[in-house]
Amino acid sequence: MLSTFTRNDWLLLIGFAIIILVLPWALQPIGAAYPDLLQKIAIFGIFAIGFNILFGLTGYLSFGHAAFIGIGSYVSVWSFKLLTMNVLPAVILSVGMAAVFAFLIGYVSLRRSGIYFSILTLAFAQMSYNLAYSVLTPITNGETGLQVRAIRDSAAVSLRDGDVRLIDQAMGIQEIGVPITNFFGMKMSGYPGFYFCAVLLIICFFIAMCITKSNFGMMLKAIKSNQNRLNYTGIHTRPYLISAFVISGMYAGLAGSLLAVTDPIAGAERMQWTASGEVVLMTILGGAGTLVGPVLGAGLIKYAEQKVSSWNEGILHQAFSGLPDGLQNFFVEFFSFFVGEGWHLTLGFLFMVIVIFLPGGLMEGARRIASIFRKQRTDKADEANAVGQPAE
Amino acid sequence: MDAIFLQILNGLDKGGAYALIALGLTLVFGTLGVVNFAHGALFMMGSFCAVTLNRIFNISFERVSETEVDFLGNPLKEKIPYLQQWFGADVSNFLLEWSVPMSILLAIVVMGIVGVIMERGLIKHFYKRPHADQILVTFGLAIILQELVRHYFGANPIPQSAPDAFAGAANVGAWIGLGDNVIYPWWRLIYFVFSALVIFGVFAFLQFTTFGMVVRAGMQDRETVGLLGINIQRRFTIVFGLAAAVAGVAGAMYTPVLPPDYHMGMDFLVLSFVVVVVGGMGSLSGAVLAGFLLGILQSFASMNEVKSILPGIDQIIIYLVAVIILLTLPRGLMGRKGVMED
Repeated sequence: MLSTFTRNDWLLLIGFAIIILVLPWALQPIGAAYPDLLQKIAIFGIFAIGFNILFGLTGYLSFGHAAFIGIGSYVSVWSFKLLTMNVLPAVILSVGMAAVFAFLIGYVSLRRSGIYFSILTLAFAQMSYNLAYSVLTPITNGETGLQVRAIRDSAAVSLRDGDVRLIDQAMGIQEIGVPITNFFGMKMSGYPGFYFCAVLLIICFFIAMCITKSNFGMMLKAIKSNQNRLNYTGIHTRPYLISAFVISGMYAGLAGSLLAVTDPIAGAERMQWTASGEVVLMTILGGAGTLVGPVLGAGLIKYAEQKVSSWNEGILHQAFSGLPDGLQNFFVEFFSFFVGEGWHLTLGFLFMVIVIFLPGGLMEGARRIASIFRKQRTDKADEANAVGQPAE
Repeated sequence: MDAIFLQILNGLDKGGAYALIALGLTLVFGTLGVVNFAHGALFMMGSFCAVTLNRIFNISFERVSETEVDFLGNPLKEKIPYLQQWFGADVSNFLLEWSVPMSILLAIVVMGIVGVIMERGLIKHFYKRPHADQILVTFGLAIILQELVRHYFGANPIPQSAPDAFAGAANVGAWIGLGDNVIYPWWRLIYFVFSALVIFGVFAFLQFTTFGMVVRAGMQDRETVGLLGINIQRRFTIVFGLAAAVAGVAGAMYTPVLPPDYHMGMDFLVLSFVVVVVGGMGSLSGAVLAGFLLGILQSFASMNEVKSILPGIDQIIIYLVAVIILLTLPRGLMGRKGVMED
């Protein structure tokens, strides 16, 4: 598989890795270099890469991917509560569990295509969301959310209010205060948490690259461009689709698990279908079907979310302070719609603008601009040639 | 027997709302071939038409009261609605009390205009784009509409009351000889009758008018109708306006049952899409049938007896039914051949 990598692919991978690893410094000038935001960017980058394997390659639009995020989060927190605060088992168990659920949901949903597939995945996600809030409260702790607690001293305390952590106890690890997730002793909050997510993001990116370059990836793209034709040539497409669905579900499970690793609490609101809508937006904003696009989209959305929702009228007044008073007030009034609580409005507009004007996402835009420049350069070269060779 | 009958009644009003929204969705899909994720937002805007009308009737000015004084003997200020000033207290109170039924008129006008603008301004450009694009762009529009409503009306639900004439409950059991156990709120009964009338009206419009005939012909074969020299596009735009108005009145009348808030559209949208899919894409009668069927099923599932056997079934029954139907009857209950099968 690696033999199909050209030199450019290796350069892309190395460049991507370097950019991700230097993010804490690179984002300093725009005020985004704090661990919480960086972790979110890396985690949702993983989520978007995984979603892109399904949507970008096969064209199947799933509106229920947030369910796997929720499953990953819950499994991770339960692993913290029952086994150990070490993140390794949590991540592995979450990904495994997400794979199982993705297989079950995918096996059923992928019997249909097009909008029916979207509705089926949406139905499954809503089912999990509703169940998490109602019957499954013993497991999910309902609206309060599942949290890590101190180790319980007697069996009378319910598992929700006191933890067991069998492995930690067996190894005799002492806990003082609120337990913190760790990776063999390294605390998973702040920058170490970001680097943990970042390394996983780079690995995920590498795997996604392998998939795109492989025969399997070609088959997925073929499904997107013409599934009927594949069927007529005697190829059974469902195994490929199910594999793609399971892989992208595993990515989502990993993202959910990392959300719990960096902040050990799991709530059902992560499974709401608007959360599924968000990852769709990230993917198409960056460019569905491209490798870097989804990560770019995830980063932009998370950054904008943090920034725009923290702005208020005071900051707007400062921003427009150079303008005359009347104009300034008008602008502040107008933009105050979009900032602070109005962040979702901005998101909605962004969504529409991208879908209407740039269906290929930012990567498509970059390609168009690049092609304009390239054309200009070739035009100039042609002119130069024309000057060099006198007309005959 | 009583309990079963009551649950059927319980399902009817919710089923009516589902059926009205699903009817609009199917109309839009059948005519324009567009999957409209903003339809729930139209339902929500309709219910805020009722809120707006109530607020308009309540616009008031302050004046110094002649009778009321505070404990120091200073006259208090009181708020007098302009309506009361102009037409007297009787008319003003009557209008306020009946603001919800009267908001139907407002909802028809406003939502019809909103629908036509939406179709001409946005949906028109998406006929030829893939369904995924249509879903995404209307999803974005739905977010925008709902955030605008939240900006003006706040995030809290705003309760609206039904007219006093319909307050309280009807003793439905006594009418059909089932004893006094079966009582049912008047307004929900009204809502069911209302939704049945609207559905009947839409069907009659499509079935018995020339306009409706052309629209049905256009749904079957758009190109041929166009070749006959009929401007089918303009009629489809009007149909979109009609669908928006149906969703609007459905929302306006539903306000006494469920206090409107800005995200109710999304909640209903997911359910009505499921309803459309169960009924069969492109089948109007299927959408109505599935709407009432799922409403009734949901109310049966929330009976305590059922819940004790299958806990949590009330939360997922609709989705579960949708999954089963889609896997066994790929076209839904009454789906037409050749619709959305590529």
